[in-house]
Amino acid sequence: MNLQPTNTEELQAVILENKSLLLRGGGTKTALSTVANESMILDMGKINGIIEYEPSEYTFTAYAGTPLRTIVAALAEHGQYLPFDPLLVEKGATIGGTVAANTSGSGRWRYGGVRDFILGIRFVDGQGRSVRSGGKVVKNAAGFDLSKFFVGSIGRFGALVEMTFKVFPQPRHYMTLQMTYAILANAMQAIFALTTSPLETDAVDIETYRDEIVVLIRLGGLETALAGRVERLKNFLSQNSPVEAIEIIEDDLQLWQSVNHLEWASDYSSFIKVPIAPRQVEDLEMKLQLIQSKRRYSAAGNIAWLAINDDSQIAALLNDLQLVGLRILGPADSPFIGQLKGRDMLQRMKQVLDPHNIFGDI
Amino acid sequence: MTAQQFFSRLKKIFPEKQILTQDVQLLPYESDALTAFKTKPRAVVLPETEQEVIDAVRLCYEMDVPFVARGSGTSLSGGSLPIKDGLVIALNRLNKIVKLDPQQRIAVVQPGVVNLHITHAAQVHGLYYAPDPSSQLICTIGGNIAFNSGGAHCLKYGMTSNHVLGIRAVLADGTVAEFGSESLDGVGVGADLVGLFVGSEGLFGIALEIIVRLLPKPEKYRTVLAAYDNLGKAGDAVGQVVASGLLPSAMEIMDNLAIQAAEASVNAGYPQDAQGLLIVELEGESEQVESEFEHLEQVIRASGAHEIRVAQSDEERTLIWKGRKGAFSAVGRISPDYVVQDGVVPRSYLGEALTEISRLSKAYDLRVANVFHAGDGNLHPLILYDGKQSGALEKAEALAGEILQLCISLGGSITGEHGVGMEKRDYMGAMFSEVDLEVMQEIRRAFDPKEIANRGKMFPSGEAPALKLHGMHPLEKKGVISRE
Repeated sequence: MNLQPTNTEELQAVILENKSLLLRGGGTKTALSTVANESMILDMGKINGIIEYEPSEYTFTAYAGTPLRTIVAALAEHGQYLPFDPLLVEKGATIGGTVAANTSGSGRWRYGGVRDFILGIRFVDGQGRSVRSGGKVVKNAAGFDLSKFFVGSIGRFGALVEMTFKVFPQPRHYMTLQMTYAILANAMQAIFALTTSPLETDAVDIETYRDEIVVLIRLGGLETALAGRVERLKNFLSQNSPVEAIEIIEDDLQLWQSVNHLEWASDYSSFIKVPIAPRQVEDLEMKLQLIQSKRRYSAAGNIAWLAINDDSQIAALLNDLQLVGLRILGPADSPFIGQLKGRDMLQRMKQVLDPHNIFGDI
Repeated sequence: MTAQQFFSRLKKIFPEKQILTQDVQLLPYESDALTAFKTKPRAVVLPETEQEVIDAVRLCYEMDVPFVARGSGTSLSGGSLPIKDGLVIALNRLNKIVKLDPQQRIAVVQPGVVNLHITHAAQVHGLYYAPDPSSQLICTIGGNIAFNSGGAHCLKYGMTSNHVLGIRAVLADGTVAEFGSESLDGVGVGADLVGLFVGSEGLFGIALEIIVRLLPKPEKYRTVLAAYDNLGKAGDAVGQVVASGLLPSAMEIMDNLAIQAAEASVNAGYPQDAQGLLIVELEGESEQVESEFEHLEQVIRASGAHEIRVAQSDEERTLIWKGRKGAFSAVGRISPDYVVQDGVVPRSYLGEALTEISRLSKAYDLRVANVFHAGDGNLHPLILYDGKQSGALEKAEALAGEILQLCISLGGSITGEHGVGMEKRDYMGAMFSEVDLEVMQEIRRAFDPKEIANRGKMFPSGEAPALKLHGMHPLEKKGVISRE
């Protein structure tokens, strides 16, 4: 049975009455929202809705259970968007679940991830206290920044109730350049040339699961300048890397939507996010080639996404590279795989916010 | 524990020349940029290695001696004011750029590295470090991290916190912790400890090594000056630029008093008759910037500016920013003393806030100069007074307090980038509930059970002196602290 509070008071009561709870938003990230033990599901879906949206301020406040698609639609009416490009929008993911799992998508390359846009939160901690941090204005340095702390906390420290974000004007037009390379090293050469140039790009993804290595580069901006910028980027990359083929995709909306829905990974049962440094891409890819899986690298090689069926060997592999992964889809046991940093500090925060361990182990 | 025991242990950690104890040596450390307060520390140490910092913190923890980490002492909120009989750990000698990787666009730096020095090291690769507090010529990254410093160019790419990817720190109890990584997305797995640490005002411990991200230097800038015949119009123009869908990298406003002061000191070429001057800067790829610039010109023309100037060269742009960044010290030339606040209001209330500040200025009969980060609603009213007149400081502080209350009542914040420090801690209760503050205190004690790290800052209690709205602080009466 799921517990479904409809307001803060009910949420506080539920937290005080139960010994073990697992927080769930839209339930799209199965590895994080399915119970593996005797916990009850604390479903935040009924605490939803946009509380405040002032288009001229470029900020909004919404309840945790608000579906991303509701927010995306409201922003789009005013030409605005969530620049961190949260995953699984059309699948029913919520804003609270996005913050908890820290699932920024490919578009985070341009202006930053969830942490770079969250301004304030209110949450109920494991002792039933309703706590506010941050504020509703785009700049605020008062008090500890718990809003950022909660990003990626997978519901282990408290139940997010509401949160405020800043947003940006959405580029009016987009185009994507598809570059094909014979080997990954050539693709990385292109990416390193790009990152040290003043050319501005919205998304840089590498797909290694096709016959050749495909690099997808998205550009957004004013229509009057876009075609010229794409042409310039094309020439720049041709000169700075041994490219096999180049294609310009003018109508790229569907392409990036399918990436957002993880369609490329749909034939695998587990899906894991691994933040990496761009220099580790080749090393990781070499090791992963030995395991039946598909890989995609976003944000110019700063995030590895793994689609895999049997992830039992991944922990040892990530440990070797001193990396940590977060399982988003798949079995619900131990979401962190590999080396989680700062565990001692996380435990101290746990003692403050959830001393009776109602929300589960880190 | 006696002072003698403490010093004999300190001498085992540091060579004698790295320990300062003479009055004349301590004098420069007695206050920071909030010069209204002074406190004499027991000693200042000048560590040259990470291990010395760790050992000093461990000694303080063992012997219950409060400490304050200090960079260049540029805090405007009293963030690095020493604690009486405490230790100052001055980090300026830990000033190495450990690693610079242009392809990954990161730098690994020690806390004493000066903000602008990162950009100096990165610019040969076409990169720069984005956060640009006005004190960037001297302020250090360690201090920027403690106070999540901002700057004029935070509108597009955020404050210090948005540019830090990883930290190694010694916590107040002597534990060394490491979090984040060289990945752009490496924080926020298991919770974002970097986000928690940045802006914690030195209450958790001391950052020992920091991974910062670098950005490619924009190919093109377009810097526009727009002059208005009243300040409210300039404020409203900010809302219009934001609403137009443009994303400038900076939007600043100066009022006439600030313009006069800046002109007198820098000769930046500002229109001197303007009651409100708006500076807007676009940056990015040439073609994109040129297209945006056309839009911007239309918006600015429609906003009622009576004069528009565009920087025609890099030199002109540099001069515009030199005038803006030097405005605080320039105001020092037209008034013997001033207090500055950095409250924030929602951007659409800028015009209203400015009108109210001008009314308050008249009501208090005190001049107020406004120089601020308008694009993100971050006010910087400089309240001018003459400290030699009895009651003048108190009056200036009362006015400052009313401005902060105004910010809160409009739904804003008491500080956008200077931090709470010692100066604004009595206003925390106006922004946060008792429960919010209690949770923050518990978090602080989780990392600093003895409350020895920067004791007396941020929270509305503790030993360090608080700037009260009226009258003398009890510690002032006892002669423990003093104001200039």
